[in-house]
Amino acid sequence: MRAIRPKTRTHPREHVVTIDTDSAPRIMFYGENLMIEDLPIGTRVIYPKRPMTGIANPKAAIRYALNNPDNSEPLHALLKPGMKVSIAVDDISMPLPIMRTPDVRQLVLEIVCEMLADHGVDDVHIIIALGLHRRMHDWEIKRMVGEKVWNEYWPDRLYNHDGCDPDGMVVLGHTPHKELVEMNRRVAESDLTIYVNLNFVPMNGGNKSMAVGLCGYESLKAHHTPAGIVKSNSFMDPPKSYLSHSFKRQGDLIEKTLKVFHIETVLNNRCFDGPLSFLTKNEDEFTEADRLKFSAMKWSLDKLPFAARREIFMRTPAAYELIGCYAGGVECHDKTLAKQNEQNCVEVDGPADVLIMGIPYISPYNVNSKALNPLLVQVMALGYFYHMYRNQPILRDGGVLILTHPCSDRFDPVHHPSYIEFFNRVLTETTDSYTIEQKYQDELAYNPSYIEMYRRGNAYHGAHPCFMWYWGQRGREKTSRVIVVGADNATVPAIMGWETAGSIAEAVAMARGTMGRSAQISMLHHPPYMISDVM
Amino acid sequence: MHEQHKYKHSAAFYDVDGTLISTNIVHSFAFYASRQPSLAESARRTVKTALSIPVFWAADKLSRKWFNEIFYRSYEGASEDRLVVLAEELFEDVIKPNIYPRAKDLIEESKRAGCRQVLISGALDFTMKPLAKYLGVDDLIANKLEFVDNYATGKLAKPFVAGATKADIMRQYAKAHDIDLANSWAYTDSFSDYPMLAIVGHPTACNPDFRLRTLARSYDWPILDLAEDVERSVARRPQGLAKPPSDLKAPRRLRSKPIH
Repeated sequence: MRAIRPKTRTHPREHVVTIDTDSAPRIMFYGENLMIEDLPIGTRVIYPKRPMTGIANPKAAIRYALNNPDNSEPLHALLKPGMKVSIAVDDISMPLPIMRTPDVRQLVLEIVCEMLADHGVDDVHIIIALGLHRRMHDWEIKRMVGEKVWNEYWPDRLYNHDGCDPDGMVVLGHTPHKELVEMNRRVAESDLTIYVNLNFVPMNGGNKSMAVGLCGYESLKAHHTPAGIVKSNSFMDPPKSYLSHSFKRQGDLIEKTLKVFHIETVLNNRCFDGPLSFLTKNEDEFTEADRLKFSAMKWSLDKLPFAARREIFMRTPAAYELIGCYAGGVECHDKTLAKQNEQNCVEVDGPADVLIMGIPYISPYNVNSKALNPLLVQVMALGYFYHMYRNQPILRDGGVLILTHPCSDRFDPVHHPSYIEFFNRVLTETTDSYTIEQKYQDELAYNPSYIEMYRRGNAYHGAHPCFMWYWGQRGREKTSRVIVVGADNATVPAIMGWETAGSIAEAVAMARGTMGRSAQISMLHHPPYMISDVM
Repeated sequence: MHEQHKYKHSAAFYDVDGTLISTNIVHSFAFYASRQPSLAESARRTVKTALSIPVFWAADKLSRKWFNEIFYRSYEGASEDRLVVLAEELFEDVIKPNIYPRAKDLIEESKRAGCRQVLISGALDFTMKPLAKYLGVDDLIANKLEFVDNYATGKLAKPFVAGATKADIMRQYAKAHDIDLANSWAYTDSFSDYPMLAIVGHPTACNPDFRLRTLARSYDWPILDLAEDVERSVARRPQGLAKPPSDLKAPRRLRSKPIH
């Protein structure tokens, strides 16, 4: 039976554990495997909050949001028979891992599509707002939107956005900062656009939904710059993010030009449940059964080949539940952020000198791909996980970052063709983001092979690997050393300018060489991710 | 849309058979063999062509030069007028239906990027001309049959457009048209065309055979699948799928009531 009230924390700071002489070793992700390591005494291990209890009746919550929106009339009041409506939906890059069916986007779409049909709105297109991400495979779309919507709309009225279609994009104008704003033509010509957002991290949703999800390369390159990333402190803290400011300028122009009704959903962080729930527990509280489960899992993962391990993880969708749904004008995003912060923000006293993080098998850009390629390892470490803070960085400037990943030279040639060229040609010539932006970004962006693979295959846009490298720029500039533990080769870390160590103990000793014996060491225990509120 | 960036002094060189179309020169020859003045002659030539296929296959595996010598001998005695006239029909009936779904799109992308479009094929020039016109390319480089008094001798005019010679021809073409090969693209499906890929800055394997696929993976060249349907991506099988909820098993239309 479902709990009536959310579980309350037994201790206000239960998510911060300090390693003592009798503490258990900690489990951390190591790509498609797990690593268990003893951490030095005094290390802070930061855990995510427990999952908030999901809404018992998600469909009722969605309907309530549509009928009681913020800063807008209810959705039904905006509908007129014969009008032209576009529904834009977030792509599969979130949540991570993919959630169990029914996907929350399916729930929203079924309600919205039924409401549109009831109001005589027949001219409806559903567009996967993927920006410059890869086109979703047909079976991925079917799984995401559900069979009912799929049968009704695919393929003529349910399709992927194409940011490189010369006939399918229009220019809406320029922001006061001279940022170009492009838009999907169908959306621009619609009487109403409904944006169905799945908000998983604070940088997403709000103005970003329309400004990035339905744009082209020319408008994206206005803010996806190394300078923009460096100025964002952090990009997971919207008020302090240069990216968010730019999204807002573009979003303001879009909202002024087009009629948009936003629907935003927030999920809890129930990333693992059932037999895998031990992965989110404090290791000191493991039961005998948890220890046995971990040992069995570790033994099996060690014996299995890479592809089988990846398959196992990819076939384990997360049990995320809806904890909030907000709708109306773009201002509803504030409520979304508040709910999300309630779930994901954890208070931490002061930054760390040395930060340890396990890098999991997945990122927003390799869902159903063959591997987490080295560039994506970089973006997870120096991009996303480094930026998961508010107030001040969780890793102090000049600190040392320790990460665990095999860093194998594996790429998915279908999803990431331009990443392969970027990594092997561009990064071996220069790792300087500003040089890459000037010299290589456009070359990759306008390569007709990559454009064809983005538009009609399932490849990320040619310039996407450049953006991924910029994503880590602030992390690169602010850390003194990056040490990767367990790399299976020396080349990949060397290309990215990282050092290697055989174990956490060795990496910590190396880090102490820079930061001193009394260095404050912290470990982020994810997934699920958490945002550190560093006081 | 915002004006797209244009490459300057760039070209895109495309192999044709297996790269842009799923047919090859044997299909074209079989078409000619089956269209003879008399039914008996058509039948005789068709059977002869069918029986020769293992020989062609074996010769091609051993050497493209041998294959050309053996294969083009079959054209000996054919009238030039007839070959040219039937080429249009060959295009409409055989080649056009076998153009890969994404081939024209690739060429359009490349044109939009400002590249000069060049087909470079081991097939015969008169069979490729209608295709070149249809695709809207700038130039066609193809093999030419030798004719004496308007009748084919069964030999190819030199140089043969194949293997390393393709690379030579591309170099000469680049020199003549002020093309920077380092900033050019080459597309092919076959390992035998490795030289044409090796001399450009942006080699791309299209629907590659096993050896070329392996080579492309080793050299980090992009691999394009022009045969794949845009709407249905079958390159991947589903992963991580949970069963859909039972209430979705019987789909119904979303419209809950008729609209008047």
